[in-house]
Amino acid sequence: MGFALRDDADLAPIARRPLRFLTAGSVDDGKSTLIGRLLLDGRAILADQLDALEARAGGGEPIDLALLTDGLEAEREQGITIDVAYRYFATRERKFIIADAPGHEQYTRNMVTAAAGSDAAVVLVDATKLDLGATVQLLAQTRRHALLAQLLRVPHIVFAVNKLDAVADATAAFARVRAAIVAFAAEAGFAPAGIVPISALHGDNVSRPSTLGGYDGPTLLALLERLPDDDVATSGAALLPVQYVGADAGSGAGHRPRVLWGRVARGEVSVGDALEVFPSGETANVTELYVAGTSVGRVGAGRSAGLVLDRQLDVSRGDWLAAPGSVVPSTRFRATLAWLDSEPAVIGRRYWLRHGNRWLHGRIAAIVSRLDIATLAGHEAHELGVNEIGEVIVETQQALPLARFADDRVAGALLVVDAATNRTSGALLVREALQGS
Amino acid sequence: MNAPTPLDRLLAPDLDDAHLEALEEEAIFILRETAAAFERAALLFSGGKDSCVVLHLAQKAFKLEGSRKTRLPFPLLHVDTGHNFPEVIEFRDRIVEELGEKLVVAHLEDSIARGSVRLASAGESRNGHQSVTLMEAVDEHRFDALIGGARRDEEKARAKERILSHRDSFGQWQPKNQRPELWTLFNTRLKPGEHMRAFPISNWTELDVWLYIQRERIALPGLYYTHRRDVVRKKGLLVPVTAVTPPAPDETVESLPVRFRTVGDMTCTCPVESLAADAADVVAETLLVTISERGATRMDDRTSDASMERRKKEGYF
Repeated sequence: MGFALRDDADLAPIARRPLRFLTAGSVDDGKSTLIGRLLLDGRAILADQLDALEARAGGGEPIDLALLTDGLEAEREQGITIDVAYRYFATRERKFIIADAPGHEQYTRNMVTAAAGSDAAVVLVDATKLDLGATVQLLAQTRRHALLAQLLRVPHIVFAVNKLDAVADATAAFARVRAAIVAFAAEAGFAPAGIVPISALHGDNVSRPSTLGGYDGPTLLALLERLPDDDVATSGAALLPVQYVGADAGSGAGHRPRVLWGRVARGEVSVGDALEVFPSGETANVTELYVAGTSVGRVGAGRSAGLVLDRQLDVSRGDWLAAPGSVVPSTRFRATLAWLDSEPAVIGRRYWLRHGNRWLHGRIAAIVSRLDIATLAGHEAHELGVNEIGEVIVETQQALPLARFADDRVAGALLVVDAATNRTSGALLVREALQGS
Repeated sequence: MNAPTPLDRLLAPDLDDAHLEALEEEAIFILRETAAAFERAALLFSGGKDSCVVLHLAQKAFKLEGSRKTRLPFPLLHVDTGHNFPEVIEFRDRIVEELGEKLVVAHLEDSIARGSVRLASAGESRNGHQSVTLMEAVDEHRFDALIGGARRDEEKARAKERILSHRDSFGQWQPKNQRPELWTLFNTRLKPGEHMRAFPISNWTELDVWLYIQRERIALPGLYYTHRRDVVRKKGLLVPVTAVTPPAPDETVESLPVRFRTVGDMTCTCPVESLAADAADVVAETLLVTISERGATRMDDRTSDASMERRKKEGYF
């Protein structure tokens, strides 16, 4: 099992990462059919799996593409998807990972799970469920899905207007739905990466171009193939959470210092750079850098690096390495809280928080408001229940190098874990670090 | 409905190594996370191709070039059903020795001797009983994290599994009560007796695995490449003739060029006809293949659409 040696000492950010996208839609929007269609067109469905579907469809009936995606026994029994499922397919251009989030309201936590870390969101709009009069009103569910994706800073939001093959005048209908989406997105403050009229059932504009809806733009798949993966914070002051401290890496001769491993969250690190350890405040210079065991000169955001420093410092998992002077610690911050636990969020209770690789105690000092996720308007609230999203003030037991989530998805995100049950209870997206208490 | 796909499209994918770089980065990140967050992790190593890939990734995650005498921060663990292909066991032992790693072998035979596993018949597949022996090893060695090579593309129940997947003190998976997994902020908190399963190559497909084996020149047991083997045709599968799976009197034994796509218990793993002599050949075949990995080769997965989910709930890997 030898290592593949590489010649290039400088590793650029990974050029063509797989594109991970989530699919969001209400029950019966045809989401499972769309995923089945993408897998089928992406050649990810193999003969034995098709056989199983054909056997279930019975002789002569068309197969039900939606059955490709319901994985668990309970889901087959109830005919719904319960949990996030991950699916894979590849075209010549790109590898895709679909995070399939169930659409029904009680499983918003799955949508949050699917959205966290996705590069794009495909929001399904069922044209047959809308009143296609002069001014179309989008369903609350659709607004909720798009706004959640926006709240979690999914970089690209694409709308797929489905079942246009089943409406009377597809061209007029698509024009009206499109206008409603454009108006909604403008109001919510984002620009859709695309609005595509499709028929998941027949395949129009999924991977096969079609004039359905009077459309002449790229198919959904072509659009996804071309989306940039520009989500890595390559600029800005270097920041790296220490993930793992390696044992002494003796090459045989003499003492060698420890290797500190962590994924670069922001900026880049080069041999010779000075770095400050948080929270100790000590500084040292980088003398060696590694990626996956190979010596390199520079590592950019999004890649894990191994660092050897010129001084033996007390550094452990959970600490941060940062460009000197760039860290502003705080113990109090304002954040969006997505609550995922069936037990409501309680003001004052001690929770476990995970920030970067550090576990610490924290508490919700105040609930500022609860967000109406169909409008993003805030309402007064004293607690947050499961699947609710609010704005809160959080206090932590230790100072943290926080960033706004909008700027930095590593230093700006925290996990909330119930100290009694160890359940993952919520996600905090930092809006603003507060000084003093 | 399934129009034939042009051969050139399949054999000349523009997918380059960059997507493998991203998958490697993710896998190594998960391996380091597991080593750092848990006290006593173990890496499941059977000699099968997925576990060979994970072991290779672990070498890259924890060993610097030029200092390969270092050991991984966790031992390797193999559940030996006693029905493994002998050449795979030889391969396993050779790799462990070459790398200087520590290997813990848990024998299903010992569980049978203890009475914790009771076979319905001597010839019964032992695959489903592995979870008992695995949990006994977890208890004995107090492992709190098991790293495995399972992939989400293998099977529908696996598609819903987390990268770090929580197991209760009975080793059971609770699919309806999984912890949401947000970004890379893994919830690694455990109570006494519980453990975590870590799946570093969750997001890899069979094709990714073979592209990576080719790129990294990862050694595999010879069974994965073409060789002549005595087989019997049964229900569309090629059942290998072995000491534990002798042919029935009315069955015709054929000698065919075959390779295995998965290597598990001899009683339930079947090869496919193939002339693929190296990883590049297998990549080419994988691009053309029309039967899923488990569908073509695993008798046990054919019994029921939900068989994997049931076994996983019972603690199967």
